[in-house]
Amino acid sequence: MSEKLYKYLREEVFPTPFCPGCGHGILLQTILRAIDELDIDIKKIVFVSGIGCAAWIPSPHFKADTLHTLHGRPLAFATGIRITRPDLEIMVISGDGDLGAIGGNHLIHTARRNLKIITICVNNSIYGMTGGQVSPTTPKDIITETSPFGNPEEPFDLCALVKSCGAEFVCRYTVFHTKPLKKSIQKAFQINGFSFIDVISPCVTHYGRRNKMPTLYDFYQFIIKNIISYEKAKSLNKEELKNKIIIGEYV
Amino acid sequence: MQGNIACAEGALAGGCRFYAGYPITPSSEIMEHMARRLKEVNGYFIQMEDEIASICSVIGASWSGIKAMTATSGPGFTLMLEGIGYAIMTETPCVIVDVQRQGPATGQATRPAQGDVMQARWGASGDYQIIALAPWSVEEMYYLTIEAFNLSEKFRVPTIVLSDEIIAHLKETLTIKEEVIIYEREKDINKPPFLGDGKVSPMPSFGEGANLLITGSTHNEWGVRKAFDPISQEKLTSHLIKKIKNCEEEILKYETYFIDDCDYLIIAFGSVARSALKAIQMLRKENIKVGLFRPVILWPSPIKKIKDLIKEKKIIVCEMNQGQLIEEVKKYKEEIFGLFKTRGEAIYPYEIYNFIKNL
Repeated sequence: MSEKLYKYLREEVFPTPFCPGCGHGILLQTILRAIDELDIDIKKIVFVSGIGCAAWIPSPHFKADTLHTLHGRPLAFATGIRITRPDLEIMVISGDGDLGAIGGNHLIHTARRNLKIITICVNNSIYGMTGGQVSPTTPKDIITETSPFGNPEEPFDLCALVKSCGAEFVCRYTVFHTKPLKKSIQKAFQINGFSFIDVISPCVTHYGRRNKMPTLYDFYQFIIKNIISYEKAKSLNKEELKNKIIIGEYV
Repeated sequence: MQGNIACAEGALAGGCRFYAGYPITPSSEIMEHMARRLKEVNGYFIQMEDEIASICSVIGASWSGIKAMTATSGPGFTLMLEGIGYAIMTETPCVIVDVQRQGPATGQATRPAQGDVMQARWGASGDYQIIALAPWSVEEMYYLTIEAFNLSEKFRVPTIVLSDEIIAHLKETLTIKEEVIIYEREKDINKPPFLGDGKVSPMPSFGEGANLLITGSTHNEWGVRKAFDPISQEKLTSHLIKKIKNCEEEILKYETYFIDDCDYLIIAFGSVARSALKAIQMLRKENIKVGLFRPVILWPSPIKKIKDLIKEKKIIVCEMNQGQLIEEVKKYKEEIFGLFKTRGEAIYPYEIYNFIKNL
């Protein structure tokens, strides 16, 4: 990591707890790069996270105010801060299970209220910290600890959901697209409303290992093979979009 | 003024400037009143999508440096317990009003009860101490809500006002004092914000440069997560309990009536204590000597204050449940009489009168 980012980190808590091959470290760095380039005072940002691997990106690593909350509830906590402190920026960083399952109701209502909260959904399509169970964004037929015969359910497209609720800015990238990802985080700071960035992050330990992608390189190949732009995806039907990862700006 | 309105006005007088809630009978008037009044005092109001979100945004507002509250009833309180546990763990001041109605579950939404005595005390997971207050009049509703904010800020603990449907919808006159004592939280960004080994630490807010690390996981005095360390876990739970227990003398509050010469002692709180006092007056006219002990603060329990009296007298615990507070009293004596009622009606004075006559 670039040394100029060290000032944003609590070095005493390193090394990070993330598994080898996890994408969360790349995202951690990309968030800090975005903030550094914008020259925003990190002490004027409150980082709110839920429970899960993703929630550990800001807490305890970021040397700023961090609120590590309850499973699924970071957006509800963030709402209380948003309303009372217009002087602060608020960034919620949490996982797909946290925001899309247990916190799904808070997600749709916060998007509907269109409050100025930057939400980064760290989407590894699985419950990592609890040992690799199926999540609401796990693609169909994928094997997890709680879908040993393949996921029987259809996954959520959280970007489409949040867009339909009235969010101001919605996009998806993967941790392998650090430049557009960084730009989208920077754009979110300028948005005067709810912004939602879905970041696909590989979980080699739980997702990859059980689905014939035992290394990060395998996962990278899988993602590169399956990404498709939002514009292009519009012309495809459901069957053609199976297992595809739609990237780009939804709104 | 109505009890619920007195509660809202008391909150404003106590410095509350943020309210988040979800509609539920019989507490809704508190939220409706706050929706109008907070705007007048430059405060903040939001109706959330559920009770869990309500308590969570209250905690967020509290760390933003604002005195915050929510109000609900039994089923909503059950949902809020998740956030209340988080507030206990992160030592976040906030006030939760529970206007009790008949349960379990939806029960009788418009009918009074006192069934949440134990839910308020033990509802969240883990080991902790909490503060709960039980007003018995509209006037006390006003002042105890102020008191709830002061205690909550001073001890950095979620504080519960256990109201009931009778007090909530009762209309009485109240006298508002011009000056009330308001406690403001201490701030110091250079001192650890958590775990003072039984002492309350200063609590900075967001955006003040404190680099706050707030977590519901086990943590040390600076908020650094210690999820695998047995010593940190022990220190944390012992601190959360000690900070209240060490100050019980200051916190405990109760009232006594006619206890000096009594043969029978009634223990009752909230609206039931009103009926008890009326029954005592009726019985004393017939020269039956009855006294009343009324816990004003339910948790921590002031019952220990009268343990000698409990041993000497015949004790009757009256409550609108099937026996919750009585368990606290039974710690000091086996043989305690209980007058319980869960019909969704008040315990009337004549019922207490008859009960004691027939003892």
